[in-house]
Formats: sequence, C-alpha cells, structure tokens
Amino acid sequence: MNDLNNEYDTVKDRVRQLLDKQTDSGHHTFRKIKDLAAKQGIAIGGISVILAVVMIFFYLLYVVFPIFKSAEILEQKTYPVAVESSVLWGMEEYGEIGFQLKADGVFSYFDALTGDNLSTHTLSLEPGETVTAAQFASHEENLVILGLSSGRILLIKQAFRLSYPDGVRKITPDIEYPFGQDGYELHDGPIKKISAAKSEEYLSIIASDGDKTIRYVRYMLEESFLTDEVTLSELNDQTIDSEISADYLLHDPTGSWAYVISSKGELQSYWMEDDELVSNERLSLTTQNVQITDVKFLLGGISLLVGDSKGDIHQWFPVRDETNTYRLQNIRTFEFSEHPIKTIYPEMRRKGFLALDGNNQLGIFYATSHRTVLTHTMENLTPESELTINSRANHILISGNGQLQSWQVENEHPDLSWSALWGEVWYESYPEPQFTWQSSASTTDFEAKFSLVPLSFGTLKAAFYAMLFAMPLAICGAIFTAYFMAPKMRTMVKPTVEVMEALPTVILGFMAGLWLAPVMEDNLPGVFMMLMFLPIFIVAFGFAWHYMPSVIKHSIPDGWQAALLIPVILLVSWLCLEFSYPIEKLLFDGDMRVWLESMGIDYDQRNSLVVGIAMGFAVIPTIFSIAEDAIFSVPRHLTNGSLALGASTWQTLVRVVLPTASPGIFSAVMIGLGRAVGETMIVLMATGNTPIMEANIFEGMRTLSANIAVEMPESEVGSSHYRVLFLAGFVLFVFTFVFNTLAENIRHRLRRKYGSL
Amino acid sequence: MREKFFKSGEHWVWFNAGAIAISIIMVVSLIALIAIRGLSHFWPANVHVYQTQLDNGTQQLSMGELYDEEVPKGADPAVEKQILLKVGNRDLYGLDFRWLKARNITDVSMREDVMVIERREWGNFYGFVENVRFDGKNYSVNDETFYEKFQMAIDRANELHDTVKDLEKGDIGSINYQLEQLRLDRRRLELENEATDEALADIAQREQALKDEFEVLQAEMFAIYDKANRDSVDVVTIDGKPLTIKASNIVMALQPNQMSWIEKVGHYFIKVAEFIFDEPREANTEGGVFPAIFGTVMMVILMSIMVTPFGVVAAVYLHEYAKQGFLTRTIRIAVNNLAGVPSIVYGVFGLGFFVYFLGGSIDELFYPEAKPAPTFGTSGLLWASITLALLTLPVVIVSTEEGLSRIPKSIREGSLALGATKVETLWRTVLPMASPAMMTGLILAIARAAGEVAPLMLVGVVKLAPTLPLDGNAPFIHLERKFMHLGFHIYDVGFQSPNVEAARPLVYATAFLLVLVIILLNITAIKIRNRLREKYKSLEH
Repeated sequence: MNDLNNEYDTVKDRVRQLLDKQTDSGHHTFRKIKDLAAKQGIAIGGISVILAVVMIFFYLLYVVFPIFKSAEILEQKTYPVAVESSVLWGMEEYGEIGFQLKADGVFSYFDALTGDNLSTHTLSLEPGETVTAAQFASHEENLVILGLSSGRILLIKQAFRLSYPDGVRKITPDIEYPFGQDGYELHDGPIKKISAAKSEEYLSIIASDGDKTIRYVRYMLEESFLTDEVTLSELNDQTIDSEISADYLLHDPTGSWAYVISSKGELQSYWMEDDELVSNERLSLTTQNVQITDVKFLLGGISLLVGDSKGDIHQWFPVRDETNTYRLQNIRTFEFSEHPIKTIYPEMRRKGFLALDGNNQLGIFYATSHRTVLTHTMENLTPESELTINSRANHILISGNGQLQSWQVENEHPDLSWSALWGEVWYESYPEPQFTWQSSASTTDFEAKFSLVPLSFGTLKAAFYAMLFAMPLAICGAIFTAYFMAPKMRTMVKPTVEVMEALPTVILGFMAGLWLAPVMEDNLPGVFMMLMFLPIFIVAFGFAWHYMPSVIKHSIPDGWQAALLIPVILLVSWLCLEFSYPIEKLLFDGDMRVWLESMGIDYDQRNSLVVGIAMGFAVIPTIFSIAEDAIFSVPRHLTNGSLALGASTWQTLVRVVLPTASPGIFSAVMIGLGRAVGETMIVLMATGNTPIMEANIFEGMRTLSANIAVEMPESEVGSSHYRVLFLAGFVLFVFTFVFNTLAENIRHRLRRKYGSL
Repeated sequence: MREKFFKSGEHWVWFNAGAIAISIIMVVSLIALIAIRGLSHFWPANVHVYQTQLDNGTQQLSMGELYDEEVPKGADPAVEKQILLKVGNRDLYGLDFRWLKARNITDVSMREDVMVIERREWGNFYGFVENVRFDGKNYSVNDETFYEKFQMAIDRANELHDTVKDLEKGDIGSINYQLEQLRLDRRRLELENEATDEALADIAQREQALKDEFEVLQAEMFAIYDKANRDSVDVVTIDGKPLTIKASNIVMALQPNQMSWIEKVGHYFIKVAEFIFDEPREANTEGGVFPAIFGTVMMVILMSIMVTPFGVVAAVYLHEYAKQGFLTRTIRIAVNNLAGVPSIVYGVFGLGFFVYFLGGSIDELFYPEAKPAPTFGTSGLLWASITLALLTLPVVIVSTEEGLSRIPKSIREGSLALGATKVETLWRTVLPMASPAMMTGLILAIARAAGEVAPLMLVGVVKLAPTLPLDGNAPFIHLERKFMHLGFHIYDVGFQSPNVEAARPLVYATAFLLVLVIILLNITAIKIRNRLREKYKSLEH
C-alpha cells in the first residue's frame, strides 16, 4: 500500500516536472497553438464539406432557374433606314446585316446594328418591270420568290457567305439564281400575292393577281448530273376560282396545303392530291364584325396564326376527325390587346412568334407553351410599322417614321411553362390535347414535347409495383426476424440481407431484363399461381407442423420456422412452374400472352411486373433493415408484461410491439419508397423505356431517372431540354430528400420516446 | 397444451416466416444463378458431331458444343425438342449458333481429334487440322512432329503479337503522345504571341526527330507483322470446307475431347486468367475485361483518396467540435438523407457542375491550345471520382460518427485529465479507436462506388477506352481520360451489344466478378463492424 502511494507521488512529481519543462521551453504554447489550429482547421473543413453538399441543391436550382425567367428586350439604336416602301426586308441569321428589296429590284444591305449602308445588288429585271410581291419560299435556304408586274415569277437565293479574316466573323451578302435568271410566266397581269413551297424534290407556287383567281403550278426539281444546275419540269398548272378574295395566300412548306383567306375572315383550304389542289373545306375564322388583320404560318407550316381586329391571335391547325378528313380547329387563343393586331412575325427556328398591335405594343409569344413571354409598348411608331427578327431570335428590327429601331432580345426558354410541363397540351397534328414526352426528333421544325407527367407517372408506377412486392415481404420478414427468429439464425440472416442491399443495381437490372423477363413471359400462369399458392401452402405447412407428433416437432427448436419453410417454398414454386403450361392450356387457350391481348391488354416482355420484382428486390433490404431495427428495439419489458398477462406471442406482437414500432416501420417504408423512386439502372434495363401513361401491369414505363440517364448525354448544354432534365433531377432530389427527412424525424422521435422506457 | 393454431395467430407467424424465407431464397438463388452461368463459361466443353437428316431429306453434319436445350412451350418434346449448338466458324457459317431439331438427329458421336481454335477474329473455329506451315516447311497431321510444330507456331505468333502490342502501347504510343504535346505547344505559343521562328524551328526539329523515330518503329512493326504472317495452318470443318488460318490469328488451340479432367481444370484457370488480365476482343464479346477492372479500381482509389479525409473531418467536426444543438442535428439528418438521394441526381450535378462548369473553366484557363477539343471539359476519370466521392461522402460521415459516438466518454476524459489538449486526445486516442469505423465506412463507400453505374454514364465511362488512364507518359496519371467500368460493361455488353447471344456468358462472368468483389468488401465491412461493437461493449461497462 505504501509502495503504491510512493509510486503515485513519483509519477505526480514527474508529470509536474514535465509540465514545468514544457512551459519553460515554449512547448506548451506550441501545443496550445496546435490545438487551436486543429480546431479551426477541422471546423473549416467540416463546414466546407457540409457547404459542398448544400451546393448540390443550389446548383441544381441555379441551372433550373432560367426556365422561369421571362424575356427581356433592350433598345440598341435607332437609325434612319426607311423600309416602308420595300417589298421585302429582314435580317440574316446572326442579326448583323439587314436587307431590303425595293419594287425597282434593288437589294440594299445595311448594318443592322448601326444602319450604315454596306452594299447594293440590282436584280436583272426587264425594262419597266417591278417587283409586286415577295415571299420567303424557304427560310432555311434563304430562298425568296418574287412576283413581278409582268406576271413573271423569279426565284432568288440570298447567300450570306461567312469568312474569318483575322479570326473575326465577316458576312458577305450576295444574290444567286438557283433556277436561272429567266423566271417563269404565271399571269398576264401583275402578281399581287404569292406563296411557294420548296422541298428536296418539288417546288410548288400559288399566286394571285389580287382577284379570286388563283394560279397553282407544281414543278419537279431535276438536278443535272454533269453540272449542279437544277431545272424545273412542270407537273401541273391549275387555275382555281377561290370564290373569296385572296387577301392572304399561304402555301405550307411541304406543299400539301394551300389556304386562301379574305380579310372578312372566310377561309378556303386546298389539299394537294396527285399534284393537284383539291378543295378541302370552307369556314369562317372569325365572328361577325371582326376583321382579319394578319395571317402567318407558325414554323413548320402546320399552324396558322390569325390576328384579328379585336386584338386576339388565334392558332389554328388541321385535325383529323372521325371521318378521317382534316378540319381546321381553333387550338388556342392569345388575348393580346384591345387594339387590332397589326402584324405577326413567326420565329424561324422555334414555335414562337412576335406581334405588334394597333397601339404599338410589342408582344412575344410561344405557341406550344401558350405563353405570352413579353409585352412592351413601343414609342415613335406609325400605323405602318412592321417588324422582323433574325433566325437566332436575338435581334429585332421595328420600322417607323422612316427609321429602324434595333432591339436586343433575350428569350431563352419561351417553350417551357407550367402548363407545358404539367398540363395537357394540344400539339400540332395530334387529335386532342395530351401529356407527351418527346424531346427531340430529326427534323428542325419539330415541336418539342416536354410534359413531365408521363415520366412522373412512370416513376410512381414503377415505385408502386416495387412497393407492392417489397412491402409485405420486407415488413413480414422483419417482424419474424426481430421477434420470432432464433438468435443463431438471426446472425445468419442479417448479413444475407445486408449482402442483398449491396448487390449493384446494374446486376439486378441485367438479370431482370435478360433472364427474368423471358422466363416470366414463358411461365406467366406459373408466376401468378406462385402468388396465390405460396401463402396457402406456407400456412398449410405450419398447420401440419403444429399438429405433428411432438418427437418431430421438438427436434427443431422454435424460431427456425423460416428454415423449415425453405424446402416447402422451393417445392411449391417448382410445382407452380411445372403446372404453368397445363394451366395455360386449360384456361388461356395455350398462350396467356395472346389471351391477354385478345382481352385488350397489351403485353410487353419487359413490363412493370418485371420491374416491380427487380426493384422490389432492391428495396426489400432497405425496408427490412430499418423495420427490423425498429421492432427489435421495442423494450423487452413491454412484451414480457403482455406475455405475463396471458397474451399469445402473436397477440403481444400485434397489440404491443407493432403499435410501438409502427412509426419506425412507416419510416422504413418511406425510405424504401425514396429508393424506388430514384432507382435508375433497374428501370433502364428492365423496361422498354417508352413514356406511356398506362397503369397496365403488363406494360412498361419510362421514369424520371431513366429518362435523365438516356437523354442527358445528348442534350445541348443550356438548352431547354437540358434544363428540363435538370428540373427532373431537382424534382427527384427534393422528393427523396423530403421523404427521407420525414422518415428520419419520425425515427428519431420514436427512439427518444422509447429510449426512456 | 396445444393452443388452437388459428386462434393464437400461429398462422401469421408462419406467414412471416415465409416472407423472410422467400427473401433469402431469392438472394441465394440469384447469386447462385450468376455464379453458375458466369463460371461455367470458362469450362472447355466436349465437342460432339451431330448427324442430321432434315425434313426435306438433306443430310447435314454439325459439330459444336451443346449450349442449350429447349422445348417450345406446350409442344411434344419428342417432336419439337431443339438443341442449340455453338458451331463457331463465323467466317464460314455467318452465325456462331445453330438450332437442331432433336428428331432430325440420326447420330451423335465424338471425334478425338477435334481441334478448337480460339481466334482473334471471327470467334472460335471448330474442325480438324490437316497441315501446318512452319518456317516454310509443311508438316502434315500424320507427321510425328506435327503437334509440336503447331504449338511452336502458335507460341511464336503469340510472342510476336505481344511484341507488337508492347511496341504499339509503349514506344509508338509514347511518340504519338509526344507529337500531340508538341502540336499543343506550338498552338500555345501562337496563342500567346510568342511564336518566334526560333521556337517554332525548335518544335519542328523535335517533331521531325520524333517522326523519324516513328518511321523506324513503324518499319520494325511491319517487319514483325510480316514475320507473324509466316506460319499458318490448314484446317477443315466437319462438312468439309477447307480454311487456312494464320498463326497470328490464333490465341490458343485445344483438343477438348482428348483432355483429361485435370487438363480441363488447368485450361479452365488459363481461361479465367485470360478473362481477368486480357483486353476485350470483338466488340467486347470475347477476351477479357482487364481495362474495365483497371478503370474501376483506379476510380475507386481516387475516390477513396478524396472521400476519406473529407468524410472523417466532417464527422469529427460534427461530433467533436460543433455545438450540439438544433442546427447540428439538422445537418446530421440532412447528411444522412443525402445517402438516400438517387445516384442519378449526383450524376446530373457532376455533369453540370464538374464537367461543364469546372472543366470548361479549367480548359479556358489552362488548355486554350487544345480547343475546340475539350480536355477537362468533358466527362472523365477525375470528374467521375469526385462525383462518386460526393455520393459516398454520407456513408463515410455516418459510419465515422457512429464509431466516434461508441467511444466511451471516460476515455476522452481520461486523456484530457492527463493534460492532453483536445487535438492530442483526438489524434492519439479517439481516432485510433475509431479507425475501424472509418475503415468500415470506407469499405462500404468503395462497395457502393464499385457497383454504381447511373451517375458514371453521365460523367465518365465509355464502352471501350483505347488507352488506360495510367501509362508511361508523364504525368503518368491522365485524369482527363475516359475509362471503362465493370458495371457499365455489364449494361453495355448485355444491352447494347450487336451480338447479345454470344456476349451473354461473358456478361454473366463479369457480373459474377463484380458481385464477388462487392460481397467480399461488404462481408469485410460487416466483420470489422461487429468486432468493433464487441470491443466497445466491454468498455461501456
């Protein structure tokens, strides 16, 4: 005892000596500084890691945000260039060079930013001939059709050649005559209205001399093999009496439709059949006392934009009715202003358009999203004011008082709106409004369909079937493992489930797509028989076991029921698969798939059932682990009390354990749902990834996450498509985060509540 | 004594037991299925000759490995049973596989002298050797030295093939790399307006030197190609079609019908080694998966280097330094929940922020000479690792925190009472004791990263990377390169391959490899965790 005290004293002395020495040598201060530095360092490190994680949220938001911004316009300059007397004026693609064509056939080019004159080009017209009508035949090719006072037509191509001297872009305008300088005779008198459609192989033109007589000519384009010269060979030459005055004459780019519209609102449409125009329908576009003030095609030439004297702009396009004929329908109306619409100008690369009203108000609209992106009242305009926009849609010119106003436009995502993303939209050529996801196609005048509804539906559908499969298995399994299972078996089961959780989903998806889907297709009745018979046989076996002679019964201790059931389940499953075909033959005429299809139920090989099972497989361990934990941590004295009062184990479980653990089980289900909603690879591999809206279990789906995986690598950075995909990611993030937080909160509350018991 | 079965709710107990039994059956059978399909792929099966008389009377001889049997649903097995033969010889038959109707088979036999030749192109050849041309001399199959010469020809060709590979990957690859660097140097000088004649001449001179060297090497390589084309073997198929196979096109040749069981086991392991260490051939449907293993490992290592320190620091901060209050609790829950955020969201973030924003800025600042080709502004190894590090961060934080919270307070207090500062306590006692927990977190993170595919599809993997991200050219690790990944390999070969049927065994083998690695990692983590729990259980009392 004394020894120990002595030793204690010596140690104390030595520690004191050591400390004194340290203080003298400054080591103590050094240690203090080190401690402080470490504290700061760890704090900074820790906080920055947490900030980095928070950044994910804000970055997603930052990318998504521009979707909701409306357009902005900025006045650049006003310069004296008079375009009022010109027959055609506009800008090239980049909005750097403006052009105008006067009736005398002189093209003049000016700098669209400053108004400086650049160059002129005189068309070779006959003496005394003037240009009386001019229209773009193709914006993409910059092809212009001119109607002349002599009744002749001339096709010219505006060429803007790019060169990069000293690394700076320089644009040189020029005029080409792709079909020769001679032109073609159409009328005797001057051509007042003209419209043309040019495709790869055909060129068709409709023209009118302002009367009710319409001339229609259709040519086939023949390229000479030796030179690149294209000659026109006539297919049809037709004169039509439209019976209404041709105030507006429109011919769609594919050459299938022609419309004659009078300012009173009558419309006569023609349909091209065997190179001939056939009358399709006659209708009135307006109500009484309302005049038509401008009509233009939306990009693609399917939709007509009709501006009227009431200040509304209506979008019409032909819709196929029950009798398989096309009828024009008023799809949507933009209620722009109180004053008559003066002019409409469609954008050249998107389904958007601009309009000016009688009160000099400028409006920017988008058809698909039914969105008025901007309205702005202009100053210094006249009743004759017109406007134009370049094909990149970032530069507007507005004429007025012999001057041009140059405006910069920022209008990145007019095609997205709440209704475009989540509402039913009537897309061009569709018979009715629909939820559709179709983000891209090969053609340039494609109307992108960004409805997130089918994707969200697919996500929920996949999650629903997965939960339907996983929830009973996981929760029941957890109950048994936590409450009934022998501890020894439990130590084997828990790692197995953990391994199940760790299995890469790419492997589950691969097995589901390449193995499970075909096996299931072949044994469909067997699969359903399993669903039916497995529970029955399990209970039946339990019943039989219960009444077994005690010698056998006691050879296996309590808590090993699950192990006993494994051979039973294997046997029943095998029998179900063996009897699959006989049952199929008996009940479904030998082929359940054909039978289902005859019942009007479509069957895809990679369907929701496959996804449900594969994704259920992935979700089971998540739910199982948390639920098992919740049940296992219910205090023992609660159950013991219940058992002591004479309740059976099952009664104790149902009346005492489960109510206590129910918040934990609920949170397990929430977290499982979160996982099912965000899972990517399984859905990607085990379904056909078609964005359809069918609840049918035998059809596939496309989920938000799979959609991102499929389309993200191809989407252009900063485009609407890119931002919508980010929005989908953001939705997934928020959805799972909210669900998990909810679940986690419930779990914590539960733990605190029963920790005290 | 005996309670009533239904009244006491006993049937529900059995019902629950059934649920867990079904779950276990599913896991075990899934893994077993992958293992059986994956492992059987390497076994050298016997080759049989099938004599068939088709329904229209024509006789046909087929030879191959029995691959599958099938009775169309509901058909009479005696009439409609079909067998699938792997007949190989794609260059002659067009397809590797042939269906035979069992009723048409008149005779099945096995010839001892069947030769299976695994080729670099056109898949396997099944047939008989007749004649080998070795060193300009012909040896007929009846010659005593035939098999010896045949084997010598194959060995020699393989050796030459390896030499060519080494040349291509090593010296020639290096020269190409240096030439590219010189091109970039020149471009950089031009951009910075420092392109003096002197500097340009210097670059031109070095370029010329490299080009000269390149030509020498190329000539050498062509010479080797010529040498490799010296030997060839004449073979004939079972239906009598003759063919000459160049020795340079042969990977290995074997006579499975003559092999003893032990020889077959030996061959099995050779094939497994080929699978693990060789590069893929024939659009990933044959050969090995070495680049995918390498890419996966490389990415996981980089990820671990990033995730461990940050995860541990964040956990230590949260647990030891931060004031425990509402905010800390919120952060803890938030971090925990990040583990539940879908991995594809991390992919989206990685693509937008790392690849396009950070990578684009790096390119702008440091690699203007390579424009318009992106250097870091495209998906690659670095961004993939960082994205996955972010994805696995919560795993490490949660696991480390759990470890920290299991260390009894008394230990910390003891250290502090002895005069140690907080950081000394941390560094000397707490962290070492928590190290198994960190290890567990890291292992779980690695297991998750190794199996994760969805985010990688956006930020870095490709189906076939021509070069590994690690080679002999300075700076040796090329973080901007794209890489191959086992998980993506499964997706790509299993679903995007033009020849899915032929590729399937390899996909199963790859899947098994991946499952094996991940299960091993997880079991290690579980073991470490359990030991840790046991260890501190005793400390708590």
